Amino acid sequence: MAKMNLLQAVNSALDLAMAKDRRVVCFGEDIGKFGGVFRATSNLQEKYGRERCFNTPLTEQGIAGFAIGMAAQGHVPVAEMQFADYIFPAFDQIVNEAAKFRYRSGDQFNVAGLTIRTPYGGGIAGGLYHSQSPEAYFTQTPGLKVVVPSTPYQAKGLLLASIRDPNPVVFFEPKRLYRAAVGEVPEEEFEIPLGVAEVVKEGSDITLLAWGAQMEYLQAAAAMAEAEGISCEVIDLRTLLPWDVDTVARSVKKTGRLLITHEAPLTGGYAGEIAATIQEHCFLYLESPIARVCGMDTPFPLIHEKEYMPDQFKIFEAIKRTMNY
Amino acid sequence: MSGNESKITHKLRMMSGFELPIDTLSLLKPDGSLHDGAKAPKLSKETALRIYDTMLFIRVLDERMVAAQRQGRLSFYMTCIGEEAAVIGSAAAFEDHDMIMGQYREHGALRYRGFPTEQFMHQMLSNSKDLGKGRQMPIHYGSRALNYMTISSPLATQIPQAAGYAYGQKLDGKKACTLVYFGEGAASEGDFHAGMNMAAVLKCPTVFFCRNNGYAISTPSEEQYAGDGIAARGVGYGMQTIRVDGNDVLAVFAACVEARKIAVEKQEPVLVEAMSYRLGAHSTSDDPSGYRSKDEEEKWRSVDPVLRMKNWLIAKKWWAEQQEKAVLETYRKEVLDTLKATEKVPAPALEEIITDVYDQPPAHLQQQLAELREHIAKYPEKYPKTAQGVK
Ligand SMILES: Cc1ncc(C[n+]2csc(CCOP(=O)(O)OP(=O)(O)O)c2C)c(N)n1
Repeated sequence: MAKMNLLQAVNSALDLAMAKDRRVVCFGEDIGKFGGVFRATSNLQEKYGRERCFNTPLTEQGIAGFAIGMAAQGHVPVAEMQFADYIFPAFDQIVNEAAKFRYRSGDQFNVAGLTIRTPYGGGIAGGLYHSQSPEAYFTQTPGLKVVVPSTPYQAKGLLLASIRDPNPVVFFEPKRLYRAAVGEVPEEEFEIPLGVAEVVKEGSDITLLAWGAQMEYLQAAAAMAEAEGISCEVIDLRTLLPWDVDTVARSVKKTGRLLITHEAPLTGGYAGEIAATIQEHCFLYLESPIARVCGMDTPFPLIHEKEYMPDQFKIFEAIKRTMNY
Repeated sequence: MSGNESKITHKLRMMSGFELPIDTLSLLKPDGSLHDGAKAPKLSKETALRIYDTMLFIRVLDERMVAAQRQGRLSFYMTCIGEEAAVIGSAAAFEDHDMIMGQYREHGALRYRGFPTEQFMHQMLSNSKDLGKGRQMPIHYGSRALNYMTISSPLATQIPQAAGYAYGQKLDGKKACTLVYFGEGAASEGDFHAGMNMAAVLKCPTVFFCRNNGYAISTPSEEQYAGDGIAARGVGYGMQTIRVDGNDVLAVFAACVEARKIAVEKQEPVLVEAMSYRLGAHSTSDDPSGYRSKDEEEKWRSVDPVLRMKNWLIAKKWWAEQQEKAVLETYRKEVLDTLKATEKVPAPALEEIITDVYDQPPAHLQQQLAELREHIAKYPEKYPKTAQGVK
């Protein structure tokens, strides 16, 4: 084990993946010599050469399409989108092409090796265009896997699993935690299976569910609630598509209550999908409506970032409301 | 002649991307004298001094704001150091009623049109007097009054929009055009190609101005494109095209006067590629020592576009060294005083979080704001910027 921050964990996963498999190739804007604007790809070009770790021209559409082509050919591209806010020029390539490659060709062709990594989320004084959490646009796309780690340990294990998964994966990295989250991570390689949620803490009164950067707020709120005698079960979803319905439903059947939080706007957000599914599975067990604590239905503001964020105080208040329903 | 009328040949021969190298127009030497055979554009003393005055202001603003960022008074900043001639020289060739759509490094063009110092500060400090209501990061200016479209961070999105805006100007019979700026990095985006092609085919009065400053964050132009730069693409799309020395204010101005004339009189697009160098870091979040040499930077420092213009002005006896000191002092004081005063302006009111999402905030947004107010009233110490207003 070693102490790593989330960036170092991502770097370590990429390093090990490239060392083990010559077909793994990393590319994106400024990721070469410079190591990426956040330094997730530091030293990879030095170690593996310019052919396997390189700067691309500034075109997300090009990066995604290029990655799809490489993956269809049998390589294992790990493409970086500099910010999740800038994934939209690549949207067509990702949702219409990568996601449907296998289906439309009757599995004559697929993009098994494709992984797209991208830093997402707010809390960094980034305003409208450096703070978005666009995961829900991708969770509505059959054929993709969508993964969001919340700790350095998860970042490494989930990224290695994503790179080796035989399906295209969009991997959202919580950039607010890049340097802020530090933890013990094995130096050697390991994988965390995709599609499996993690029960972070057991409890009996209410199930609290989140993923990525929002886990930090969720745990802070759980601690506040525990101090008032409310026993919280905390679950980290980790993979959003396909998601672990069983673990969440099992927990809600035990606690009778569910609160979901995400940073993306409420309307059309992924919490809505989860809530609908869980009420289907757990209707007779529910003791209060499923609560959602989410971003507002506005673009991500700069000056009012603190107000906008679904933080621990808002989650704590919602826990109390749910308990007292 | 269009492609399907091309001359027939019977010999197989490939053409290289470097076979039609496009010349670079350069008029002014670094010492301020004209190159042999160069003809200076018609540039009045008044306009020349206004360009130069804007350059001095922008240098002061850039230097002071970078310092302010390091002191933690500002979250972020981007300079246009090294590109003043390209940005301000081009803006000076257009009329106030022409639309400008910038990328983000063109605050010189905005200043040339008269954007007041305090408005720069209000935007950078995200306060209640910011025209953009404190929603965007520093340097994302915009001014309806000055025909300067508000900056959007996603790169190149303004390029096809500029074609459309110009087409609208054309349909209205306006004697006006749209000037759109972008970097050689942004010119790799699909939006660039889409916008250029639309403008060429639909004959839009758009002037596409590429600031080729050698880098896109850490990526040097050799890793951005192969072949003869951005200008060749203008030719490829069937557009009038010129490449200029971007550190030569006379060349930039002359090219843009001509470009505007073609756009407005012939109603068709023009591409201008200005070759320059980004002397500073990409932004205050960047450290260029990780990807380029001091030697390279020094080489470009020696052809500083502001110094070059000063030498020319002094040679013409329109300017004197002593005047410069006084102007710089005045601007330094103005910038610092304004920054200090602006820091006292309060943040925008909490309501601004839901206004302008639509023309009117729909019911669900009003409800979300009401819930937020109630929450802040419960935890005033956690939201100090807005707690005052909700008691
Ligand atoms: C679509 C998109 N992708 C990535 C970015 C991040 N980004 C901001 S500036 C920049 C480099 C731009 O380079 P260039 O267009 O050459 O302009 P310069 O900064 O050199 O003036 C990048 C990659 C962005 N803003 N938008």
